Amino acid sequence: MPPTPATELSRKPSPTLPALHRLRGIGPPVALVLLCVAGALLNPDFATVDNLLNVLTRTAFIGIIAVGMTFVIVSGGIDLSVGSLAALIAGVMIVAMNALAAGAAPPGAPATIGLGIALALAFGAASGLAHGFLITHGRIEAFIVTLGTLGIFRAVLTWLSDGGALTLDFNLAEAYGPVYYGSLLGVPVPVWAFALVALAGVVILNRTAFGQHVQAIGSNEQVARYAAIRVDRVKLLTYLLLGVCVALATILYVPRLGSATPTTGILWELEAIAAVVVGGTSLRGGSGRIVGTVVGAILLSVIGNILNLTSIISVHLNAAVQGVVIVAVAYLQRGRR
Amino acid sequence: MSLSVRFHHIVKEFGAVRVLHGVDFGLDAGRVVGLLGENGAGKSTLMKILAGHERPTGGQLLVDGVERYFAGPRDAEALGIALIHQEFNLAEHLTVTQNIFLGHEKRRGWLLDRHAMAREAAACLQLVGLDIDPDTPVSSLIVAEKQLVEIAKALSRRARLLIMDEPTASLSAGETGRLFALMTRLRSEGVTIIYISHKLDEMEAHTDEVVVMRDGKFVARADTADVDRRQMANLMVGRDVADMFPPRSPPADGAPELLRVSSLTVPGWVQDLGFAVRAGEIFGFAGLVGAGRTEAFEAIVGLRPRSDGTVDIAGQRTDIRSPRDAMRHGLAYLSEDRKGKGLHVDLGLRENLTMMTVERDGPWLDVKAGRAALDRAIADFGIRLRDPDCVAGALSGGNQQKLALAKYLRTDPKVIVLDEPTRGVDVGAKRDIYALVHRLAAEGRAVIVISSELIELIGLCHRVAVLHGGRLQAVLGPDQLTEENLIRHATDTRH
Repeated sequence: MPPTPATELSRKPSPTLPALHRLRGIGPPVALVLLCVAGALLNPDFATVDNLLNVLTRTAFIGIIAVGMTFVIVSGGIDLSVGSLAALIAGVMIVAMNALAAGAAPPGAPATIGLGIALALAFGAASGLAHGFLITHGRIEAFIVTLGTLGIFRAVLTWLSDGGALTLDFNLAEAYGPVYYGSLLGVPVPVWAFALVALAGVVILNRTAFGQHVQAIGSNEQVARYAAIRVDRVKLLTYLLLGVCVALATILYVPRLGSATPTTGILWELEAIAAVVVGGTSLRGGSGRIVGTVVGAILLSVIGNILNLTSIISVHLNAAVQGVVIVAVAYLQRGRR
Repeated sequence: MSLSVRFHHIVKEFGAVRVLHGVDFGLDAGRVVGLLGENGAGKSTLMKILAGHERPTGGQLLVDGVERYFAGPRDAEALGIALIHQEFNLAEHLTVTQNIFLGHEKRRGWLLDRHAMAREAAACLQLVGLDIDPDTPVSSLIVAEKQLVEIAKALSRRARLLIMDEPTASLSAGETGRLFALMTRLRSEGVTIIYISHKLDEMEAHTDEVVVMRDGKFVARADTADVDRRQMANLMVGRDVADMFPPRSPPADGAPELLRVSSLTVPGWVQDLGFAVRAGEIFGFAGLVGAGRTEAFEAIVGLRPRSDGTVDIAGQRTDIRSPRDAMRHGLAYLSEDRKGKGLHVDLGLRENLTMMTVERDGPWLDVKAGRAALDRAIADFGIRLRDPDCVAGALSGGNQQKLALAKYLRTDPKVIVLDEPTRGVDVGAKRDIYALVHRLAAEGRAVIVISSELIELIGLCHRVAVLHGGRLQAVLGPDQLTEENLIRHATDTRH
């Protein structure tokens, strides 16, 4: 029996939005700052502009995908296929651009690359639409649909490449290179792209009717349905958005190595989901923060970078350290409902 | 053998909302006690505390004079206290037998003793008069059968104190009669029974004494023989019932018909339903749980498939396939399930208020306009809150309901359907909502009120349609609106 007499009970303050946001928003950035301080202390090379830009450049692929993934997860969905999709888009792009360059009247490198990029975007958008359509109109669980396409996309790439590598034509690779290796005002192109995608994500999620509907559906789909929200259409659009994000990430990735292999993009789906979750978005959907996702993505790649630069823990244990961080963050954020 | 119970200053809070404010009363052993109170009076919460489903925030619970603290329902069941839930607590995919013994499975060694359980389950089902195979999965039972399984489950626990929370809400007249016979028998065997119901005639006929709760407090107790139904109703409401409702002004002669539904059929729920509502009219829907009232309107706004029927709004034929189509035609349906279907309890007040109109106002969110709209709604609908930045779930039931109303009214509907608009709402908010319903009618809208509270339908509506088993039994005008009439049609015991 609780000993407190009823008359002495004090009223607890009501849970308010700002309080919640303050609590939730602060964890990942603090962890990132602490990690950076630790990195700087362990190896002076860590805190150099070159190294940090390098980390950000490598984060860009996963980061851009994770921004799209945030929309899908906030609406209550999931997409396991993004790594395979990235690999397949890379393969299709390379095959198509090589074919154009080897054709009777090659359109010239910039035009070929432009067509390749357009094809990548169209392919990403079409795949996202297909996912969304199967999930909403087909009434199949998102987990199952994208588990299926995870296998399909990668198998098709493996078949296209005959189990080996698809390599971009040398002249095209030369012309395409700056999209990954180039800089604008001292900042690498992929970092610009990542920043722009993140900014667009913030605006769309927090400042548009669409963004509010995404959150409403994830928070409680029934309420959203009763409130005359076009639930299926909004969900479909989140998968379309993610498909475009995957295409953008792939467009930046292809010039890096100029090839696609059956191992391209492997486990990207888990890294992207991990970035979203570490950033404070609940896997159950309902609320999420793009900025958190960006921080989460950077946090995970900073871990790898520090392990690379120091010798305290073997680089081979990178995934293990990331795993510990993911579980620890999930533990700290648990049980708010 | 039977148990006596004493509540001593029981307090219960859910988050910031205090639902029980120091409840004090005792129950004698071996009697049938009717527990009366409006929705939201705290009856169910108090009973959940007694049965170990909820822990009190403060106060003491004495069973047979001994102070008890239940960590869970098992502790209460060990003393012989069993609660028959108002909302069913059955595992849908398991069989009737499995449900009856859930958590109390009989074993032989490490294995389940299926034969013993099947035998005992069959015996319990016979006691409650349910003639079904105990191996039937619960998901294939109808609502009334599930209710009887709940009762059988409590019996199998050899209860010495049985709490029945509105057990007859979904039962037919025959099943109800059998239940009362069972109650009489249990009492003669020394079982204490706490009986919760809104049906005052049942209270009058089948209880030894009544205890009245209001707004989370004990109000009065009396021997059933000493009070009549009107006194019971007045004690529940806390003032003369007549004062709760604003005076009714009939819709103007020649007011246009805003909603006409013809031969509506919803597979499994509603057959051949037709009615019409005029501008300025408040039109009620009465019926038992499962009579198809909610389902009819979910079908009308496109949330459920309908196999037949037409819907005309303001004289215009419509083909509504989604709530969005309904909104465009000026028809809004506010669900009875406020937390599950009406409001996003995890989102803020502004987000909730503007949810249905945010798209209409353009692709970009206008946070400032949203805040201004919230301020207006707070003033307009009398929403009481401490912090406008709180989530909707932190508001009390009545204020949540006002917010939900404000949200749906932002779509400016010509026809608004309110499903159980005062469920879980305190008396003050009730009055506000009744006044609001009148205001909506005075503005020339057609208002439809679905309610299980007969007092409410009688006090509020111009006309009331009564459904039974998915069929329209009667449409009662002002001079026919009595509790007896409504119950008679709703239970289909017309003579």
